[in-house]
Parts: sequence; C-alpha cells; structure tokens
Amino acid sequence: MATIVAEPTGRPVVREPHELSFIRKYIFSSDHKVIGIQFLFLSLFFLLAGGLLAMMIRWQLAWPGQPMPLGSLFPETMAPDGIMLPEFYNSLVTMHGTFMIFFAVMLLLVGVFANYLIPLQIGAPDMAFPRINMASFWVAVPAGLIALASFLVEGGAAGAGWTSYAPLSAMPEASGVSLGQQMWIVSLVLLGLSSILGSTNYITTVINMRAPGMTWMRLPLTVWALFITAILALLSMPVLTGAMIMLLFDQTIGTHFFLPAEGGQPLLWQHLFWFFGHPEVYVLILPAMGFTSEILANGSRKPVFGYHAMVGALVSIAVLGFMVWGHHMFQSGMNPLLATSFMVSTMVIAVPSAIKTFNWMGTMWRGNLHFHTPMLFAIGFVMLFVIGGLSGIFMASAPFDIFIHDTYFIVAHIHYVLFGGALFGIFAAIYYWFPKMFGRMMNEKLGKVHFALTFLFFNLVFFPMHTQGLAGMMRRLYQTTGYEHLEGLQWTHVLITISAFGLFLSGMLFAVNFAWSLFRGPKAPANPWNATTLEWQTPSPPMHGNWEEVPVVYHGPHEYSHPDVADKDWLAQNERPDVVSPARP
Amino acid sequence: MKWSLPENIATYGGKIDAIFWVITVVTGIAFVLVEIGIIWFAVKYRRREGRRAYYTHGNKALEVLWTSVPALALVALGIYSADVWAQIKGRDSAPAGSLMLGVRAKQFEWNVTYPGADGTLGTSDDFVVRNQLHFPVNRPILIQLESEDVLHSFFIPQLRVKQDAVPGMTIPVWFEATKTGGYQIGCAELCGLGHYRMRARVTIHEPDEYERWHAEQVASR
Repeated sequence: MATIVAEPTGRPVVREPHELSFIRKYIFSSDHKVIGIQFLFLSLFFLLAGGLLAMMIRWQLAWPGQPMPLGSLFPETMAPDGIMLPEFYNSLVTMHGTFMIFFAVMLLLVGVFANYLIPLQIGAPDMAFPRINMASFWVAVPAGLIALASFLVEGGAAGAGWTSYAPLSAMPEASGVSLGQQMWIVSLVLLGLSSILGSTNYITTVINMRAPGMTWMRLPLTVWALFITAILALLSMPVLTGAMIMLLFDQTIGTHFFLPAEGGQPLLWQHLFWFFGHPEVYVLILPAMGFTSEILANGSRKPVFGYHAMVGALVSIAVLGFMVWGHHMFQSGMNPLLATSFMVSTMVIAVPSAIKTFNWMGTMWRGNLHFHTPMLFAIGFVMLFVIGGLSGIFMASAPFDIFIHDTYFIVAHIHYVLFGGALFGIFAAIYYWFPKMFGRMMNEKLGKVHFALTFLFFNLVFFPMHTQGLAGMMRRLYQTTGYEHLEGLQWTHVLITISAFGLFLSGMLFAVNFAWSLFRGPKAPANPWNATTLEWQTPSPPMHGNWEEVPVVYHGPHEYSHPDVADKDWLAQNERPDVVSPARP
Repeated sequence: MKWSLPENIATYGGKIDAIFWVITVVTGIAFVLVEIGIIWFAVKYRRREGRRAYYTHGNKALEVLWTSVPALALVALGIYSADVWAQIKGRDSAPAGSLMLGVRAKQFEWNVTYPGADGTLGTSDDFVVRNQLHFPVNRPILIQLESEDVLHSFFIPQLRVKQDAVPGMTIPVWFEATKTGGYQIGCAELCGLGHYRMRARVTIHEPDEYERWHAEQVASR
C-alpha cells in the first residue's frame, strides 16, 4: 500500500567549489559523515577500555586476592604485588559503568549513528548546524580524556559507582577519592554539553531538512528512534548537568545540597540523577530498536510490521520515560506511597516494549529471511532484549524488589538490556552501515563467527547472574566470600569470568574484522543489502553534500517485496513511480 | 547449589516469594513463546530462491490484542504488588506491640541499640552492641534505621528485608521471624572501600532465651 504521490523534482545540491584542507576535512570537519566516523573511533576505543576494566573486575571476583596477570604493571596504589585493592575495585566498577554507558554505548548509538544517518536517511546534504555538530564532537574528546586521566591522579578514579550516590560521592573523607570524583563530574558535564549540542542539531535537522516528499510517516524507523532519543536527551541531560554542578559545589566550595549534617538531603541526588537516568535508559535502547526494526525488515524482505504502532510505541516510551524514575528508589527511604504510583507507571512502560517485540516477530513472519551478519545481530537483539525486558518486571514489583534490589539480578538485567540489547543493535548497525561509511564490505564469515561466539559467551556470562541475584548476592562487592548465604557459589564466579574472557576475545574478532576491512575489505557497491532507504541510493561512501541531486521521496521507508514491482524485491524511497515496473501486467 | 531464593524465615516472606513465582510463571510463558516463535520463524521462513515475502504492513486486530493483554496483566500485577507493598513497607505497617530496636550504620559496621532495663528505646539506659543483632522469634521487630555517614543498605536475605539507611533520616523497618538461628546482615549499597565486609551477626532467640541474653547484657553494663 505504498502511497505514491507526485512531488516536485529534485534540485541540484549547491556544493562548495573549493577543496578543503586536510584539517578541515578530517579533523575539524563539519561534515556530518566525518563527525559520525570520528565518534565511531572514539566510542570504540572506550568500548575496548570499558571491556578491559570489566576483565579486571571479573578476575577479582573469580579469584579474589590472587595477583592479576600483568598485575605488576599497576602501581602500589592500585594493586600492590598485582593484587587489586578494594578502593581500586570500586574505581574499576565505577569507571566501567561510566565508560560503557556514557562513552561507549551512548556515543555509539547517538554520536555515531544520529550524526551519520539522519541527514542521509532524510535526504539532507548535512546537519542544520554543522559547526555545532563539530563542537559536539570536540567537547566529547576532552570529556573522555579527563575521565581516562582520573585514574592517574592521587586517590584514583571516582569510586562511588556510575550513579555516584551522595553523600559518598560528596565526601572525600568517606570515599578516599577527591580529585578523581571531581574529574568524573567535569567529564560528564562536558559530555552532557556535547549531548545537548548534538540533540539540538538532530531535532532541528529532522524537523526542517527532510527531502521533498519525506513526510513524517515515511521516515525510516531509525530516524524516528534517533529523533525521539534526541528529545529525551535534550530534556534530561540538563538535569544531570545541574545535579553534577551541585555535587561539585558540595565538594569544592562548601555547599550542602546533599550533605545532611548541614541540612542537605541525600535523596535529592537520587531524584535528580534518576530523573535524568531513566530517560537515559531509553536513550540507550531506542536507537538500537530503530536499527533492529530496519535491519529486520531488510533481512526479512518485508515492510516493518505495524510501522504506526512502532512509532506510537517510541512516542509513548518517551512520555512515560519521564514518569518512572522512582522505581530505582523503592528501597531508598522515599515515602513508600510514592513507590506505589511509580510501580504502576513502570508496569505501563513495559507495554510499548512488548508491542515492539511482537511487531519484530510480525516482521519476520512469512518473510524470506536473509541471514547476513546484521540480520543475525538484529535477531540476537530481539532474543536478548526480551530477557532484559522480562527480568525488569521482577524489579518493577516493589515488594519483590525488596529482595533483588542491589543484587546481581539487576547486574544481569542491565547487561541484558545494554549489551544484549543496545550493543547487539550497535553491532548490527556497524555491520550494516560499514559499507556505506567506508566504501568497503566487512568480512561476512568472520562476522558470523563473531555473532555466534558473542551470543554464546554473553549468555554464559550474564544468565547465571540472575541466579546469583536470586541467591541474594549483593552487587559491587570486592569479594563475595564471607557470606553464609553465598557459600558454595564461588564456582559461578569462575564460570562467569572464564566466559567473560571468551566474550572479550570474541569482541577482538570484531576489532580484527573492522580494522582489516577498513583497508582490505572488498569495495562496496552503493546498495549492498538491496535496501530501500535513501542512504543506499547514493555512492558508498557518499560525496561531500551527500547527493548529486536532492532526492525526492515517493514511498514509505521499508517497501520490500512490493507486489507492483516485478524484477526485484525492494522499492527505493526515491524511485519514481512512473518507472517502477508493474508485477502483474 | 542455590538455584532459587534462600530459605524464608519472615512472616511476610511468603507473600514476597509468591510474587516471585507469579512473575516467574507469567514471564516464563512469554519468554518461551517469544523465543520459540523467533526460532520457528527463522527456520521456517529462511531464504529460498524464487520465493517472495508476504507483503503486509501489519494488522490492527493483532496490535490491539498484544497491546491490551500485556497491559492488563501488568496493571493487575502492579495492583496486587501495591497491596503487599503497603503491608510490608507502608509507613504505619509495623504491628502494634513490636519490639523496638535501633540500628545505626556507619562505615563499615552495624551498631545496634537495645533498650535498657526499663524496656523502652530512647532512654538513657539504652546500650549499644556492635555488629550483633539479637531478637526473639515470633515477635514483630521494629527497627529505627539510621546512618552516620553515607548510604548503607540493611539486608537480611532470609528475612526478605532490605532498606537503605540514609544519613539525616530515621527509617522504620519491621519484620517478624518464624525460626530461631544465626544469620547475617549484609550491606547492599556501595558505601566505600569496606563495603564488601560490612557484615553483622544476627541471632534469633526463643523469647525466654532472648530475655536471658538481654538481662545479662544489662547486668554487665
């Protein structure tokens, strides 16, 4: 039922005639494609760094008090004789979360793909504000460097968890960390600025710069997801930034926002943090949902099932996402009556996720499934996101949350959502759009091995954590020995750690494939996946300005196997209706 | 090997565990249906030369069905949970006649305040025992939970009790044990470098045994 409407013909893109210098072209570039690729290298670096921190955490949990391999490289203040100190463990846990959430997953989803894809998928030559876009990258770089450097200062990196609950985070005398915590704050304030700059740009671009004929209901679901994500980030990030500055003032200039001895309120931090933090959870998953929808449609050779319901689910998640933050605080000491209302809103927000899952299944139903690597990761996303979504229901029930709050159950849950969900979506997206970005194909065989091993080891690492949580294992413990109710569980840590090493090594397969394909991959055609959206209708990689001629859009975003098209099973969004060959003459 | 929840020794623990089993069954069914559906579709509709995918944009009736069924199930679960929640954590949920004790957390210990000879908490003859929580079985215990420095979380897994201790706040926590024995308090909220070893001993006595222990403590002070 592709609506075919006559639209004005394309106009040529006005291109700058002069050649750009190397610095303007590749470093301080205002081309959204270059900025997206810059974000890609930055965020993959932090994915690797966050992964290495996780390996160290896993070593300590499996073999507490044993010297780490290469442990002698660490200074006395972190790991004397290679044996990790509890304060260093706390820094590792904190910075693993910080790197992965803020610098790896968030930048990969939004920094990379919002930048790279939005103009290409809506048919625009670039972003609305190219220089603001450049600034958003060049603010994120020092943010990352400051976070990294905080390991080297006296007292070490921040150690109060990625949530940095006050008053621990506000009291250097209690945490033993002062400069490291302040650097953490400054780093995330800068990253917040980067995110605000980026979000403003994405929102404006989607609203104002769609190609002729690109109506809202013809937007690819990736663009819808990134658009909603940008709104969430724009509305929630300033709250985090404000809270961060209050925390910084508590530490440095003697305010007492969160310090009760002088009349402050520790719970205020949690309210502010989670008012940001829960929309942030959706910032970290909605784009991956968009990629998955689109890749599933491509792999299944079918339009997305229930496109309007998918858009509706995204919008309702965005609205409800601001009403559920209190479910992180059921056991925090806030008024228990509040928990009741947050519990109901939390139950309701599970519904849009259920809608999406069923529609993904509907997309696969009666398709003609091509299992290319992006498709495998997209299917993996759905299979694992379901587990993360369902485990969330256990915590949404406040009475049962009494038991599993702050246990390994929540560690399992967050990793099913952020790794099984977001990161699988990211891998799908990288394999899918790599040819467009770099003009070369990634190796399919290696990609499939990467998928199989990642899927296997991921489940071996994180599924047993549900069981650990149900046994009552508290999280963020330097070692879990010494608790009677946890006796006999040490072997599960060993199993998880060995599997985690396997998971890390399967990630290395991706790194090898990525690096090799960057230089040696076979040349990519403009449209290697026979896809319908606009970015595939321009060369790989696209030229500066993206188009020879601004595309005109005639069709919906995922028109696969359209009955009126005979010679192929896809219909590009900008294919002129009068040249489409009819199937049944 | 512990594949499920630890032993329950709390009067209200059965209600919490029942919610666990209800959610496990409901989500278990959803889990199996979705995963089997995906695998089934992946096998059945795998690519075949010359076949064309079925062209459809969705189905309104299905959308309504799979929106309303989860919505009803989840809201029902929320309402059922809300009732149990109010019984356990509601502000005035502690039964009358509970034995009042004070627990004050600090890095990295649990200090328990007991009433002195007068049997009332908050008077000058109260005494404090470090890292030892004693109380009688089959009697509701009401703890006034406080913290001296940072957040901690009072967690006794077998009693199905967990509550953050917040500096500047006094938070009531109640429970009633159905069994005597020795257990542990763990800290469930990251509180600094000694978080992992912030433990205390819990001893649940027969009522007369508790009275004896209490009298000995009073006499020795």
